[in-house]
Amino acid sequence: MDFFDTFPAMDRQGLRDLKKGIDSSFREFSRSYGEGIEDFFEPLLHFLVWLEKLLINAPWPVVIVGIAILAWLGSRSWKLVAGTVIAFLVIGYFGMWKDTMATLAIISVATLLCISFGIPLGIWMARSERVQLAITPVLDVMQTIPSFVYLIPVVMLLGIGKVPGLIAVCIYAIPPLVRLTNLGIRLVDKEVLEAADAFGADNRQKLFGVQIPLALPNIFAGVNQTIMMSLAMVVIASMIGVKGLGLPVLRAVSNQYLALGLLNGLAIVVLAIIFDRVSQAYGRRLQAHREGTGHD
Amino acid sequence: MTNTKIKIKNLYKIFGSNPKNAMEYVRNGLSKQDLLEKHSHVLGLRDINIDISEKCISVIMGLSGSGKSTLIRHINRLIEPTEGEVVIDGDDVLAMSAEELRDFRRNKASMVFQKFALFPHRSVIQNAAYGLTIQKIPEKEAEERSQHWIDRVGLSGFENHYPAQLSGGMQQRVGLARALTTDAEILLMDEAFSALDPLIRTDMQEILLDLQSELNKTIVFITHDLDEALRIGDDITILRDGEIIQQGSPQDIVMRPSNDYIADFIKDVNRSRVLLVRSIMVPADSENGPKIGMNIPLEEALSQLSSKQAMEGSVVDSEGKVVGKLDLSTAIEAIRRPERSSNDLQYR
Repeated sequence: MDFFDTFPAMDRQGLRDLKKGIDSSFREFSRSYGEGIEDFFEPLLHFLVWLEKLLINAPWPVVIVGIAILAWLGSRSWKLVAGTVIAFLVIGYFGMWKDTMATLAIISVATLLCISFGIPLGIWMARSERVQLAITPVLDVMQTIPSFVYLIPVVMLLGIGKVPGLIAVCIYAIPPLVRLTNLGIRLVDKEVLEAADAFGADNRQKLFGVQIPLALPNIFAGVNQTIMMSLAMVVIASMIGVKGLGLPVLRAVSNQYLALGLLNGLAIVVLAIIFDRVSQAYGRRLQAHREGTGHD
Repeated sequence: MTNTKIKIKNLYKIFGSNPKNAMEYVRNGLSKQDLLEKHSHVLGLRDINIDISEKCISVIMGLSGSGKSTLIRHINRLIEPTEGEVVIDGDDVLAMSAEELRDFRRNKASMVFQKFALFPHRSVIQNAAYGLTIQKIPEKEAEERSQHWIDRVGLSGFENHYPAQLSGGMQQRVGLARALTTDAEILLMDEAFSALDPLIRTDMQEILLDLQSELNKTIVFITHDLDEALRIGDDITILRDGEIIQQGSPQDIVMRPSNDYIADFIKDVNRSRVLLVRSIMVPADSENGPKIGMNIPLEEALSQLSSKQAMEGSVVDSEGKVVGKLDLSTAIEAIRRPERSSNDLQYR
């Protein structure tokens, strides 16, 4: 009867040895390769530090004008530009300028990184059933595994700092972009693709001339999601040494500073809204052909 | 008379997991239905042999499921056959490498689709220029050449509209312009006008006939509409369940349907518009009554006779020489709807 009462688990000694084995072999791995991997990410770190310094050291009016111009280029809407400028003025007035700039820097770099890996990966998935089968479960893991769990090996490998933070943000933020790029390309009308074939388009011409342009609404939704999710990740990333708005939030949580937490939390929200509105307006502008479906 | 442009020989297409295997059964005469029930393979086409003449409009007609759209896609190899040959100007399309095939599609055969299949993100002129863009022809030249065809199909002024802003008929004009812009000798039209409403369809048929009288392309036209087939076809091939059941001129089909299925098909056709005087005239060499051309439809001949209040007329060839006579009662007998009430329900 003993069999039914307690689950026939591994004995304690064995389990301990297994865990020890994994831990020590990973430690071994990070000891021998950690430095190499760190060197590999060196340029990324330089770029991030450079961008952060640029944003923090530049006179604040210049930064605001720069952001306003970007918002205008993206959205072509004066309302949105005015809202953006006011939001940044308020953030600065409440003393969160430096942290906001640091967050802006890491979000920008993380988004660029996600786009440069996520879109090609999504395209690859769309072109091959086998790749889709292989990558989908990996994306599932990336999206559902508690972020603290993958922070452990990242920190073991790279220590505490900006780069591990960046990697953690990307692991969390890249899946929707990959998924939506894949979906968008798969949803392109088969008849339109057949027409491209019938006129003798090769794979490249089909991809860049038909599939990607028609998948853009989905790809843009993916980019948008990636930005939102990396902003959400900023607080957790601050636990492993990323500067920015997440750090004061973390301090507020451990010390029960309501106002500090609220202010910085709201600043993250404001950034998110600005990013979202501008990127969506830009996406819509790329889709001019979808407007005005009325007949003449 | 005319040269064969496209030769389709012993073409078979079977859809399913193991078509090569299923070919055995089909060659041994298994029917389409049995193949589906016993081996779960779909017989798309069975032993198709067609010679498509140069510079003619060849219509391939059949109801849905007859394999007509599958057949036209074999001509530019959008679908690979299970067995058979497609030879165009002496070149075997099925033996072409990927590179040669792209070249063939770019320069030799262009296609118009049932649901237009325009590129929604390209403007009208960019759509028309698509084939040229693919061939990497400089933008300016591509634009000039597409503009010409946009004007020809009557879309001047709409160059910068997007497809979604146009009506169905206009969208298909863009489709036609896109196919014409590459100057391909072969034009494949897959139910090109079926999605349009009847008035617009007639318009488009007229545009096509008008263009053809000048361009003399080899056109393969797929349709399920017999009136359309009779109206524009120089040659008609009728498909049923993946097999050819009759091939011939519109006259042949109407005068000599090869079986009950086709006879049933054509019973509602306006015969006076399809039949030409020459196919029902009685040979004669003396002139008697008003002159009637041998290549005009009966409809026209009858109105000529009645305007002269004549009971019969003499049929003349294009040089005005008398070749036969046409009397009113023969003409009326010829356009009478055939009685086929016993078979009426068989094919519904």
